[in-house]
This record gives sequence, structure tokens and C-alpha cells, in this order.
Amino acid sequence: MSEELYKEIILDHYQNPRNKGELENFDVNATDYNPLCGDKLTFKMIIEKDIVTDVKFSGDGCAISQATASILTEILIGKTVVEITKFDKNELLSSIGMPNLGPVRIKCALLSLKVAKLGTFNYLGKKFEDED
Amino acid sequence: MHTNVEKINNLNHKSDFPIFERLINGKHLVYLDSAATSQKPKAVIDSMTDFHQNYNSNIHRGVYSISVESTEKYEHTRKLLANMLNTKQKEIIFTRNATEAINLVAYSWAKNNIEKDDVILLSKMEHHSNIIPWRLLSESIGCKIKYLEITSDGNLDLENLDLLLEDVKLIALTHASNVLGTINPLKYIGKLCQENGIKFLIDAAQSVPHMKVDVQDLGCDFLALTGHKMFGPSGIGALYVKSEILQNMDPFLGGGDMIKEVHLDKTIWNDIPWKFEAGTQNIVGTIGLGAAIQYIEKITLDAITKHEFELTNYAYEQLFNLEDIEIFGPTDLKSRTGLISFNMKGIHPHDIASILDYECIAVRAGHHCAQLLMAELGVSATTRISFNIYNTVEDVDKLITGLKKVRSILSK
Repeated sequence: MSEELYKEIILDHYQNPRNKGELENFDVNATDYNPLCGDKLTFKMIIEKDIVTDVKFSGDGCAISQATASILTEILIGKTVVEITKFDKNELLSSIGMPNLGPVRIKCALLSLKVAKLGTFNYLGKKFEDED
Repeated sequence: MHTNVEKINNLNHKSDFPIFERLINGKHLVYLDSAATSQKPKAVIDSMTDFHQNYNSNIHRGVYSISVESTEKYEHTRKLLANMLNTKQKEIIFTRNATEAINLVAYSWAKNNIEKDDVILLSKMEHHSNIIPWRLLSESIGCKIKYLEITSDGNLDLENLDLLLEDVKLIALTHASNVLGTINPLKYIGKLCQENGIKFLIDAAQSVPHMKVDVQDLGCDFLALTGHKMFGPSGIGALYVKSEILQNMDPFLGGGDMIKEVHLDKTIWNDIPWKFEAGTQNIVGTIGLGAAIQYIEKITLDAITKHEFELTNYAYEQLFNLEDIEIFGPTDLKSRTGLISFNMKGIHPHDIASILDYECIAVRAGHHCAQLLMAELGVSATTRISFNIYNTVEDVDKLITGLKKVRSILSK
């Protein structure tokens, strides 16, 4: 593994997370865990006319899971609920600058997307099935 | 306290283990995860190749010479293990691992001897392998499970234990905690069990590789262990059961080699211990385990215990001097095995493990299959280092340098 794992974008979002906190009157609320690390993430969203207008995440875990959650919140704002349900995990991995994460740490990186999808699928009344 | 560094390094057996010759990304492996699995000495690797190359055959059935040879080797491991644990060969059953050994007790003994509303007493420092088999049993027969608490210094809370024994039919405890390193005072509990007619199971996965374990001295009825943590290969473990209990236990798995006679209307089981070893066994694994025990005998358990104790002392001292570090488990190092769990304030254990991996230092990060204990400690995960005979002072020094690097990369 190279030292590229902890590059600037990850350290920046880990040390100064965006959109971390709580929301009142949210429309979407989902939580999931990564049993491997003990990472835990909750995503809450406000939806107006099918578009995400605000997102907050909470939870704790490793730098990879927390930084990726922070980066994802910035991506989600402005997207439609359906767009989120179809969001490609490779796009997220590219956004965080780590297209080739190993099989262990990839679960840390993708936990946030899993939670966001879980929440939006529930919002649409559909069942979410994880690709893994 | 200042550890005599030179003295510790005199006992360096690193060269017995071929994996340390390999360069991984240009670096030699610093292996600090022996509590997960030990590395394998050349003697063990060679014994397994020797079997496959020179006398590969099935056991117990062939009348030709190589089958006799493999049967003798297989049974010789049982003898070596029985000697090591101070018991008889017929009281040793080979299993896949310690988990399967504990499940065997749950299915073949507990299912017929524990009733609804009986109590099984565990502790909050158990590995999941000594919790889940009992939970499954409890779901099927309705028995209760209670847990011994952990004191703030990482020991079993044995105060008022005699008041907790009502309806207890089985006490199942780990000999050494895989997270805290605590060596539990099981001789005392064994005596208490004998006085109260309670059966006693020991999960010895973390103790057998590192210290003298004597089933008579401990006063246990069942003891589970695994080969891969004691220099053997994965896929081979063992269960000790006191013979008077074993005589009356039902088979675990049914199939070939565990029967004497099969008729249309009845089956006669094989003698113990073979009654509990259905199907073609892990022959090569058992032979590897035999070589592992002989390796331990050669370097001696006393030397292993002493080396690990001294190295743990040294590492504890070095870790203690770092800033913002929390070390879990007993502060009295004499009641610890050779592992240390710790956390660095504000840094997740997985980030520690990933950054140490740049230096080819292997440590464990996570809940260590002990989520009840994690909840007790109030953390989601810890970082754990664990030692064996091949570790050196230099390994610890590299770890400390690596941890300082972790702090410099991730500090806010």
C-alpha cells in the first residue's frame, strides 16, 4: 500500500469535516455500520421537490470513512433522490482520489454511499440491495 | 524499571521463520499480530511438504506401509499434544480450530446435559467463539447466559462469585484475553467448579502457545485450542474432554471413520476419541501441528514465556512514554500475556494500522471479535500488538517510530 492513502483531500476533510452535525425536520434518515472497523455513519437529508437541499452526517470512525462522508455530503446537495439511488461508487472513489483502494479499506470509503443509498431507497419506498 | 535490551535480543529465533527473509515493498516484515496467527517455522513447513511428497495417504484404513506411516504420524501428534497438556491421548479430539471445539461441546455435551432455565456463566471478555455457540444453544433449549463483569483494571470481577453460582451448570472462560492480555486465575475457578458440581470449559486459544497449560492443574472438564496460533497451520485445532464425560457424549458429526459397525437397524460408534472425528481428517494439518509442538519443545515454553514477558515489558514502557495514548488491560504485567491493546487519542485504530503498514509493520486494528468487551471499554476498536519468540527489541523500536509518524500525519 502506498502512502497515497492519506493524501491532502482526505486529511483536509477528516480534520475539517463539512456538513457534520444534526438536522431537524429531515426527510431521510439512515444509519449503517462497518463491523470491520467499527465505523458508524448516519445521514440525514432534507428533500424539496425530489431534490436534496441539505445533508448532515454524524458518527465516528477512521479517517477514510469520515473524510469520504464529508466529501459525499458536498456531492449530494442539489442531486435528485433518484440520482443518488443510481450514484456510481467508482465516481465517489475518483472524487476522493482513490480509484484503487484495497478490499479492506474500500469498505471504509463506501460506507457513506451505502448509508445515503439506504436512506434514499427507503424514502422512495424501495428495498436497497447492496452490490457487494 | 529499565528493561535489559541486550538480554531480550539474545533469544532471537527470527531465522527459524522463512517469512522474515522476504522483502515486502523493499522492507522486512515486522510482525506484531501473533495473537491473530503465529508465523510458521521452517520445521513445520517442511513436515507438511514431506507428508505430501513422501507418504501422502489416508489414515486408519490402508494396510500398506505409507498409510501406516501417516496414521502413526497423525496419532503421534495426539500423543505430543496430550503430553503438552498433561493428559491422556484418548481425551484429545482433533477439530478444525478452537471455535469448532467449543461448538462440539455445545452440541455433543451441553445439548443433552443443560436444561431450560439452567445457567451458563461466561465473561464479558470472551471472544465471540466462546459466546455465540452458547447463544445458539440458548435459543434452542432456553437456557440462560450470564456474564462475569470486568474490573476497571481489566480483570475478571470475581467478588461474590459464589453468590452467582445458583443454577449454573457450566462456566466457560478464556484463559487469556485476546484484547486485554489478562491471564485469568482459572485454577481458582476450576476448584470452585469441582466443589459445586459445575462443568468448566477453558478457551485456551491465547494461552497454550505462550505458557504452560496443564488441564489437571487447572481442574477443567473441557479445553479448546487452535493450532495456527502455536506455529501450526490453520485448519487444525483440538479439544480436551475429561474421559468420564467423553464416554457419555453423543457424536458431533456423523460419517466415515467415526463408526465401528453400521447395520440397517443400528450403528455402533467408534471408540473415543475417533467417535468425534468424522470423515477424512486434516492429516497434513495434524502432522504440521505435531512439528509445531516439537518446535515448542525444542525452544521450550519457559523460554517463550520469558521472552514475551520481557518484550512486553519493554514495549509497555515505550508506549507509556508516548503522548495521548491509552493502554488497556492490567497494569501488573506479571498477570498479562504477550499482547498490548492501546488507542491514540483522536486517531482511529484502522488509520494507525494503515500508516504502520507503509513501514511493513503488521498490527491488528478492530474489535478483535470481542464486541461485548469493546462496549465495556467504551470504544469501537483498539489497536493491538502481540509478540512471539521471533520478535525483537528492534521490532518494538520500529513500531514506536511508526506511531510517531502516525501522529505527525494525522494530528490536527
